Amino acid sequence: MMTLSAKQITRLKPFVFLLGLLPLCRWIWLGWHDGLTANPVEFLTRSSGTWALVCLLVTLGVTPLRQALNQPALVRLRRMCGLFTFFYAVLHMLAWSGWDQGFDVSDMSADILKRPFILVGVAAFITMSLLALTSNQFSMKRLGRRWQRLHQLIYLIATLVILHYWWHKAGKHDFQTVSIYAAVVAVLLGWRLIKWSIRQRKFVPVVGSADKRAAVSASGNPET
Amino acid sequence: MSKFRYPRIASNEITPEAVWQSRRDWMRSAGALAASSSLAGLSAVSLAASNSTYAALNAETNKRFLVMDPVTPEKDVISYNNFYEFGLDKGDPFLHAHTLQTSPWTLTIEGEVAQPKTFDIEALLKLAPLEERVYRMRCVEGWSMVIPWVGYSMSTLLKQVEPNANAKYVEFISAAQPGNMPGLSSRVIQWPYNEGLRMDEAMHPLTMLVLGLYGKVLPNQNGAPVRLVVPWKYGFKSAKSIVKIRFLEKQPSSSWMKAAASEYGFYANVNPDVSHPRWSQATERRIGEDGVFSKRRKTLMFNGYGSEVASLYQGMDLSKNY
Repeated sequence: MMTLSAKQITRLKPFVFLLGLLPLCRWIWLGWHDGLTANPVEFLTRSSGTWALVCLLVTLGVTPLRQALNQPALVRLRRMCGLFTFFYAVLHMLAWSGWDQGFDVSDMSADILKRPFILVGVAAFITMSLLALTSNQFSMKRLGRRWQRLHQLIYLIATLVILHYWWHKAGKHDFQTVSIYAAVVAVLLGWRLIKWSIRQRKFVPVVGSADKRAAVSASGNPET
Repeated sequence: MSKFRYPRIASNEITPEAVWQSRRDWMRSAGALAASSSLAGLSAVSLAASNSTYAALNAETNKRFLVMDPVTPEKDVISYNNFYEFGLDKGDPFLHAHTLQTSPWTLTIEGEVAQPKTFDIEALLKLAPLEERVYRMRCVEGWSMVIPWVGYSMSTLLKQVEPNANAKYVEFISAAQPGNMPGLSSRVIQWPYNEGLRMDEAMHPLTMLVLGLYGKVLPNQNGAPVRLVVPWKYGFKSAKSIVKIRFLEKQPSSSWMKAAASEYGFYANVNPDVSHPRWSQATERRIGEDGVFSKRRKTLMFNGYGSEVASLYQGMDLSKNY
């Protein structure tokens, strides 16, 4: 398969953008056709949460896809995927805080204390906001190497989001759907873990090579 | 008198039969598709098609049991239900409950009684004049509706079997039809679904045996053909599709008590001051009220029926007897 250039990938951006707007268009269509169920607040809160999670999985899937298909330029689509994740997370957050709780701070804090899954969701959202705020070119330049470390927080976010969803479903012991999402997250994070451990192992022969060993023993390391 | 002449239609403007027939077929299949499609949500079209199929019931409005709040739209009452036998999602019963076998149906009453009896639906419909009563319904999950039920006081039925002196509690057992209820494969709660009331609660005039909704026979998803409605308790106490009623000396353990005793007690009276372990019960969302951007409303003690039922619980610690 031909490796696509950065320019060719960039041309895909408008399509990805329109794709990302599809859930929003669906809600508008359903709203127009009286299809938001008897409880629109609940429906839209849950739907926006689901789509934020789907976008998160797509974002996490970019790197494995780049390597599997040997298309490194795909990274150019990653920021848009991440920002769509944030977009749907913002709507999810607004649906709960504004629509359901009426922006009442005391009601919201009571809800957070009463329902641990909301606390976990809020923690994930705050962390995600940090990443969205630093997703621009300027922040990348300013933070340099620290930028990558900061954005590895997405692994933590994905874990928190699954926990949030899992606890939400625990009330009805209804784990069927959430376990599918959990499995996808496990594969996406597990793939990184395996890559990472392979990288670590590659260093071992270097450390264990003859002259290195000599150098180490010369330094008085008792290990040899 | 002027002569009327029929307009002549050119033969090429007449749609050939094969063509209009195929158009009709297409419309029919498109309609069926819309009705069966869960992806598109519960569209108004499929709802309108489904709620007109239930037979009308003759019921007199009982003015003693009216509430001033506007009634919840029928389409919401029949499309947003907790009926785990048909799935855990509140849209599931509307989509799947058509498989419920409601006829023939019998309701057997047994236990601590002088006269155990079995009734079919015809007998229940004739047992007493049907009344329409408008009740508030508060779900333990924090939403509520205002529903025009059709039926009569449960006590009318219970008196038929002459409960004896040992009868302290009444247990209600719902149908479990393995082939027809996809939700029975879920291990969330024990099947068949059961609930219980204290004798005085079951005999209270507010406690209702329900055969209809909105002036028509109960839709399957709302607990056809016969159900219990106890308006001052959380909705799960009002067992649907009842096949058996048992009078007992000891308090029965309900499906929800067995599933999570720390979360669901025997009484389950609506109480804004006693939180569910995982959420507050202080407020509720009234379904279908004031459009999409409505605010939550305050939950009322005993769901607003305190003047009728508070005396049943005098001297009881309601935070312990939740």
